[in-house]
Amino acid sequence: MGNRSGYLSVSDKNLSRIGAGNQEEVKMKKSVILGAATIAGLAAGAAAAGTVDDVKARGKLNCGVTTGLVGFAAPDANGEWQGFDVAVCRAVAAAVLGDANAVEFVPTTGKTRFTALASGEVDMLARNTTWTFSRDVDLKFDFVGVNYYDGQGFMVPKALGVSSAKELDGATVCIQTGTTTELNLADFFRSNNISYEPVPIETNAEAQQQYLAGACDVYTTDASGLAATRATFENPGDHVLLPEIISKEPLGPLVRHGDNEWGDVVRWTLNALITAEELGITSANIDEMASGTENPEINRLLGSEGTLGEMLGLDAQWALRAIKAGGNYGEVFAKNIGEETPIGLARGLNAQWTDGGLLYSPPFR
Amino acid sequence: MSDQTTNSIAFVAEGTIPPSPPPANETGVVKWLRENLFSGVGNSILTIASVLLIYVVLKNTLPWIFNGVWNADSLSQCREILGGKTGACFAVLAERWNQLIYGFKYPVEAYWRPNLAFLLMLVAAAPVLFFDLPRKMLLFTAVYPFVAFWLIWGGTVLVPLVALFGCVAAAVVFQKYGKNSFAAGFFGGIVVALIVWKVGGALISESASENAWLTAVPSRDLGGFMLNLMLGVTCVSLSLPLGIALALGRQSDMPLIKWVCVIFIEFIRGVPLITLLFVASVMLAYFFPPDSTVDLFLRVVIMITMFSAAYIAEVIRGGLAALPRGQYEAADSLGLDYAQAMRLIILPQALKISIPGIVNVAVGLFKDTTLVSVISMFDLVGMIRGPILASTEWNGVYWELLGFAALLFFVVCYGISQYSQWLERRLATDHR
Repeated sequence: MGNRSGYLSVSDKNLSRIGAGNQEEVKMKKSVILGAATIAGLAAGAAAAGTVDDVKARGKLNCGVTTGLVGFAAPDANGEWQGFDVAVCRAVAAAVLGDANAVEFVPTTGKTRFTALASGEVDMLARNTTWTFSRDVDLKFDFVGVNYYDGQGFMVPKALGVSSAKELDGATVCIQTGTTTELNLADFFRSNNISYEPVPIETNAEAQQQYLAGACDVYTTDASGLAATRATFENPGDHVLLPEIISKEPLGPLVRHGDNEWGDVVRWTLNALITAEELGITSANIDEMASGTENPEINRLLGSEGTLGEMLGLDAQWALRAIKAGGNYGEVFAKNIGEETPIGLARGLNAQWTDGGLLYSPPFR
Repeated sequence: MSDQTTNSIAFVAEGTIPPSPPPANETGVVKWLRENLFSGVGNSILTIASVLLIYVVLKNTLPWIFNGVWNADSLSQCREILGGKTGACFAVLAERWNQLIYGFKYPVEAYWRPNLAFLLMLVAAAPVLFFDLPRKMLLFTAVYPFVAFWLIWGGTVLVPLVALFGCVAAAVVFQKYGKNSFAAGFFGGIVVALIVWKVGGALISESASENAWLTAVPSRDLGGFMLNLMLGVTCVSLSLPLGIALALGRQSDMPLIKWVCVIFIEFIRGVPLITLLFVASVMLAYFFPPDSTVDLFLRVVIMITMFSAAYIAEVIRGGLAALPRGQYEAADSLGLDYAQAMRLIILPQALKISIPGIVNVAVGLFKDTTLVSVISMFDLVGMIRGPILASTEWNGVYWELLGFAALLFFVVCYGISQYSQWLERRLATDHR
């Protein structure tokens, strides 16, 4: 198997080196490789060649999202997908195709998401997926960045009088089975030399009911999920999130391994949103700024100076359109999961580096 | 002596005593209560306990239902309106009604199409279900699948027409050659149908669906209870004939047919449905090149049909086994060939015996259609678990939504069960 995949990736490189003049040959070779790859069960590698062109030819971006996660992706009453992850898809579609609505949202579950991406059913995943070593290296995906820094936290009823997770000795903990949160929890309690009793549950919905019914003292999952869950309680004030965050969960969009042109497009679209916030470009003032400003980086980003878009294989206004689609990173955050929304997440780690957060986009130069 | 005599005739009845009403506890409600609810100490205790239980349940649910809020934009608004009282938030059903029934992507202006298809389905199913109706109605039943396909999926009318012509051509060939040799008619029919479909498919241009009168709706956009009904109806009606064929094949004397059927049935019954669904949605994507996948709806229909056909085959085999050997011999002694004996003597009796079992499988199958939510198809349960509970407005509403789903499924399943009981009474020929 190792040899085969090596052979495939070499072919892919060759393919991308062949110029546009040899389209016929490319197609032929592609189909030969495709046949071989299908037999080898490795259709993924071959299908990855030229996603940018595929998307442009199709006129639609196939974007994998969750089947529904509060604030991150869910269709509203009119069937329009809304959410923090959805905004990334729309920004990419706006950059590549010029239309933020030219997206085919493909809902995926935790189990189907990776096969959907590997088999070429979707062009990218924006599905609150944690960037881990094995997913990047072993599953052959490229995480293009982080759009939300999450971490596992704890929620307890205020009446319990607990102010730190280290005081939870002997507590019963509601935990979703088969997730990394389960392993993190075991690690945390062991390293602090305290005991706990797990109450295994299957879904977040079940967890909410169990926790409210008092079946467990503590509910643990990603901090964003805890906040969203608490927001639905009848008396959110009766429950507190403990300060400890016991794991790193960098969530970000990902693409298939081996198509770097496409990976670059998604990566720099995300960076454009982050940089836009840093530079103070908002959907309100973007048109004004696009005609040229004193700041050369803004000019390069918005295409009134330099040839960044051309290097990416897109036109000069790509970032302008991406930012216009839903606003800069800060606007997207505020609209979908920020403190004004029922979910009410603070920026925290997801603030710009200039504000003490982790968001740090490489420069547009 | 005389004293005695006078005393002995002190009373003479001069007429009949007027009938007095029966004792209070031997009549009317009291009698019924005494006989049915309080016939002994143990039963009395049980009755009181049950009444208490019913009272407690109703006391908690009735205010919840009657205080229900039907007009609100979100769960928090519901809670504001209720102001601390117990009450359901039915507003979610009102606001997301269309999504629950049709899914969230089916075009709103086209809702009349599945509605019409549903009404026509009742008409098409009537002659099959109630055989007192005129037999001519079966013609419409035969055409219905193509009409329904066209209505629900839209696009060019040529696709269902070509499919219909293929089936008609196959039927004609079978009629013509099937009398002499079943195999010639059967396989000839299949070949002719394939040729018609291939040629017809080549004649339809790729862009034919673009400006069709009914806008095309891809399978991915189907959802809600509509999807459950579509899967249920399609799979039940396909798996019944397939199940009969498998049951007969398993009893066949021809080893090849017999072993193909046995292996198929045993394999499918040995695998959980959810595994088959995962294969349909995930694994098959690896085997096809990315652009030419088989429609997901079709893949799911195939998997569920195979699954329930295997079960129905075993139910019918039970019916066949229950028939006395004399019935088979009687058919042989009349000089009927295999097909005639099966059609006229064996199957009518075997199927009648199998009705409860078949209905059991059908009800189970209909409920199993909710499993497609795990492969990210938005059926009724998928809509509730995914988009609706994940919206910022309605996250946290469980009882109302799942109760509604349970109610819809109960109505349909109870209907199926009532029909089957009517059918059993209608077909009863023994004089028990």
